[in-house]
Amino acid sequence: MKNDRFKEALLGPLNKNNPVVVQVLGICSALAVTVQLKPAIVMGLSVTIIVALSNVIISLMRNTIPNNVRIIVQLVVVAAVVTVVSEILKAFAYDVSVQLSVYIGLIITNCILMGRLEAYAMSNKPWDSFLDGLGNGLGYSWILIAVAFVRELFGSGKLFGFQVIPTSFYEAGYVDNGLMMMPSMALILVACIIWIHRSVNKDLQEK
Amino acid sequence: MSALRNYIDKIKPNFEKGGKFEKLHSVFEGFESFLFVPNTTAKMGAHIHDATDSKRTMIIVVLALVPAMLFGMYNVGYQHFLAIGQQMGFWGTFFYGFLAVLPLLLVSYIVGLGIEFISAQIKGHEIQEGFLVTGFLIPLIVPVDTPLWMVAVATAFAVIFAKEVFGGTGMNIFNVALITRAFLFFAYPTAMSGDKVWVRTDAAFGFGGGQAVDAFSGATPLGQVGTAATSTADITGILGQPLGFWDGVIGLIPGSVGETSIIAIAIGALLLLVTKVASWKTMLSVFLGGGIMAFVLNQFGPDTAYANFPWYCHLVYGGFAFGAVFMATDPVTSAHTETGKWIYGFLIGAMAIIIRVFNPGYAEGMMLAILLMNLFAGLIDYYVVQANIKKRLKRVTTK
Repeated sequence: MKNDRFKEALLGPLNKNNPVVVQVLGICSALAVTVQLKPAIVMGLSVTIIVALSNVIISLMRNTIPNNVRIIVQLVVVAAVVTVVSEILKAFAYDVSVQLSVYIGLIITNCILMGRLEAYAMSNKPWDSFLDGLGNGLGYSWILIAVAFVRELFGSGKLFGFQVIPTSFYEAGYVDNGLMMMPSMALILVACIIWIHRSVNKDLQEK
Repeated sequence: MSALRNYIDKIKPNFEKGGKFEKLHSVFEGFESFLFVPNTTAKMGAHIHDATDSKRTMIIVVLALVPAMLFGMYNVGYQHFLAIGQQMGFWGTFFYGFLAVLPLLLVSYIVGLGIEFISAQIKGHEIQEGFLVTGFLIPLIVPVDTPLWMVAVATAFAVIFAKEVFGGTGMNIFNVALITRAFLFFAYPTAMSGDKVWVRTDAAFGFGGGQAVDAFSGATPLGQVGTAATSTADITGILGQPLGFWDGVIGLIPGSVGETSIIAIAIGALLLLVTKVASWKTMLSVFLGGGIMAFVLNQFGPDTAYANFPWYCHLVYGGFAFGAVFMATDPVTSAHTETGKWIYGFLIGAMAIIIRVFNPGYAEGMMLAILLMNLFAGLIDYYVVQANIKKRLKRVTTK
């Protein structure tokens, strides 16, 4: 019983309750950071850590937070965690943090965070909330990584910055797809993932 | 003919429900109605009897495009032999262009129709004729040197993402041929702009090979205006011969295959207007919008080459006329209300000139202007209808 609940909190967001492809949250950052794989992975990790941590903190405080100032409290907690993560990135992975620029700071405004705090952490125990945050962060991450994989591969012929498409292709007339480098293509790719996801999970299709 | 009819009738039961090839019903249906007029009629309810149907409309549009296609082929050959400095007779010139353009046409049709057939099969729909026009338009609006695989990728993208996901023919928001071009333009900018792609200097299937002469420069007239550093641009042909208004009308200039000749486009426009397939209001208002906007910029615009480019030249160079006649009037993606057509067309024309003059990145604004207004067509219609309702409501309530 208990295990089922934990499993649902952790694994649900990876598939049928995915924050990006089912709830369509966090799209803005999915467009901005998915040009290459490396920043996408760092972004996914950061969001995972931040959601999990702030979920736990809010869950611990959930009985003491006055109802009418709860959003402000949530914001303060998220802002604090985001600042910590941002500082750590600056200290240990400076080049990635430069690449991600404002988007780490903008995690504060990521709908997934406020959504999970409001919908889950405010009414569940810390360990559940931690798993839920982890699950949602990972659910967000795998979409980001999938999109970034396609965009980096077809947009610049590279993966993690290494040339994967052989130069003989280019000599034969192959050209990298410039549209992949533009944010609009990320939307189309997310749409494709949603398309496949809904075709597999028929119960998610709207009538 | 009757032998063919008999044969089709003979194999027909195989494709009906319960037949051997039941799954391929929509493919069969597509071929049958392509060869013969369907003999099915509406059996119930009120319906309008009319000689026209979507198939006839499509065929008329394709016929209207034929002059532009033929002239485009001739012009491809003409520019080629001009560039390599060889003399070639009329038929040789045309033949070279034919060889150069045919692969584009074939790729566009094979890829597009293939996807149409497959998706009709998956959905169990009948195959619709919409792609006949789109497939013919695509080779006309790309540079002749566009690699075929790019055309294939772009066509596939456009048919899937601009048409099939919206529900197929008649449901698309954007003009499919223009999405193909927009995809090429943004995905492979080097193959779609600049001065290397508009004139083919290589041989086509081993025919008409040669070296480009020294004076050759393949920039389009609008490309030259867009990159001009001075405040007035002298546009020239590929060998440096000066070009004027009438060269734009005749169309022996570098550019996308079908867009160069106003005369060929005008023949098509005449056919579309006589048969009432396209709306004269949309067409006229595009030219009005473009002309007025360009005239205003001529008088009051910034002192750049593009703003000083005469308004009448704006209308005959680049894809402006082609877009106005064949793209803006697309019955699916344009505004449907009569007042809406004026607004829609006018804004396309004005927007195209604004993009040309104020955005140095895009020497040609017609594609983006039409796609932008495609997006607003529904909104324009909505407000025209609302205004009409309001007007009539007032008439009722004030009495």
